[in-house]
Amino acid sequence: MTALSPQPVGIPTGAHSAAAEPYWEGCRQGELRYQRCAECREVNMKPARSCGSCGGSTLVWERSEGRGRLYSWTVVWRPQHPTFQVPYAPAIIELDEGFWLMSAIVGCDHQDLRAEMPVVVEFHPASDETVLPYFRPA
Amino acid sequence: MPHPFRDVAIAGVFNTEQARTLEGRDSQSLAVDGALGALADAGLRIEDVDGVAGQFAADMVLGARMGPCSRKLSAHGIPTVLEAASMIAFGECEVVVIGAGGAAMYTERSATAPWTRPANELVVGFGLFTAAEFALMARRHMLQYGTTAEQLALAAATIRNNGHVNPEAVYYGRGPFTAADILESRMVADPFHLLECSMTSEGGCGLVLTTAERALDLASKPVWILGGAGDTYGPAYVIPPVWDLRGRDGDIPAGYVGRRAARTCFALAGLSPADVDVAEFYDPFSFEIIRQIEAYGFCGEGEGGPFVEAGHIGPGGQLPVTTDGGTMSYSHAGLNAQMLQRVIRGVQQVRGTCTTSQVPGAEVAMCTNGGSGALFTDVLLLGGERP
Repeated sequence: MTALSPQPVGIPTGAHSAAAEPYWEGCRQGELRYQRCAECREVNMKPARSCGSCGGSTLVWERSEGRGRLYSWTVVWRPQHPTFQVPYAPAIIELDEGFWLMSAIVGCDHQDLRAEMPVVVEFHPASDETVLPYFRPA
Repeated sequence: MPHPFRDVAIAGVFNTEQARTLEGRDSQSLAVDGALGALADAGLRIEDVDGVAGQFAADMVLGARMGPCSRKLSAHGIPTVLEAASMIAFGECEVVVIGAGGAAMYTERSATAPWTRPANELVVGFGLFTAAEFALMARRHMLQYGTTAEQLALAAATIRNNGHVNPEAVYYGRGPFTAADILESRMVADPFHLLECSMTSEGGCGLVLTTAERALDLASKPVWILGGAGDTYGPAYVIPPVWDLRGRDGDIPAGYVGRRAARTCFALAGLSPADVDVAEFYDPFSFEIIRQIEAYGFCGEGEGGPFVEAGHIGPGGQLPVTTDGGTMSYSHAGLNAQMLQRVIRGVQQVRGTCTTSQVPGAEVAMCTNGGSGALFTDVLLLGGERP
């Protein structure tokens, strides 16, 4: 049995883009944000300045309930960088609001992961500037 | 309308020595060696070159005092070949040389290779790297179609055994492998064990393209481009690799990226999957072989695992795959070289000059690059008959 845990502070986190800064600000405040087009109402997959569906330039940040299902996952035993503690479980979450998000699963054993299992967001700091949205079984 | 590449031929190919590390070498100098080797293979001189393509095009011009010449700067294998072909088809050039190489890049061995680690803010904090990205695609296929770990392992064993018998492969003599051997190697990113992943190495390679008129006067048998196209669903290693991601009008999920491109190639060539004699598939991870067999129409969706189990991708099978050992066993230098090496092996198969795993009488080779976890796939059809 090997429980999946959040990674320690100090892992690589990458430079924040200006377009995604409201997303990261939401994470720091404990809320999961996503962009929706004010014109066509479609959800944008990646923080951007214009809508990928209709080209509209008014993208509104909305708050997700942070609930969804486990769409796909892997369990990593060879870390991409030695600061990561194994095993860890990168996962694609399908949020109830209708978008996919890259994350990682915590709070359960890696052998208990199942397709479509309900999950809920929780936040953990990764650096001074970056708080990451992880998901645990709901 | 005549075929757009009727007057273009691949006249020379070359691989430098490939090894886990090549002491004292760098990527640029290996690209120069690859380019000069390909010119020699074609029987052409540096003075004949009026076009250069590839990531190190400008370095190659200086490194071999070519030119001045036209240049294209694509950093990807098959698109580079298509750029070179277009330089000739457009009448811009008569002899275009491509060079590629990788060395002295993977120095921090406690981490995975630098080109496998995306730096994007949306993925890096979750410890993603190529094996994990591709595993997220493989998992969906296993869930949806019941594809098994043994089927994945058998695809890896088949390719590694092609490298095992190839004296030019970095992992020559390391086998032979059974599927069980593959499954006994340590887990990297579930479902991928170590021996289901591409390895890392160093090396260079090159190709030369020229006009049909000149190629028909040279010593080697010209190899022709019957079709070429590529698909992408977005930036690699930025958005999650979602199997069911679709484009605006798409009925093709991102898991089958490359299907549209393959259809385009077959239509241009006037061929179908049944006409392909050898498949030089890009093999970053075992699952990518199963996915590609389905994506390009060699079998139905979900039938790729049983196709591999039936022995169809091995030597003597109906679709021999990645016959030099690919990125798992032949070489994987990390930038452009290992992508071009799929095309080089396809050329050698159509010429009939492979010293190991030659498919007897191979007339049509399908070469591919990329993969589902990176959301792009490029496809090239090569033939022995002028289109």
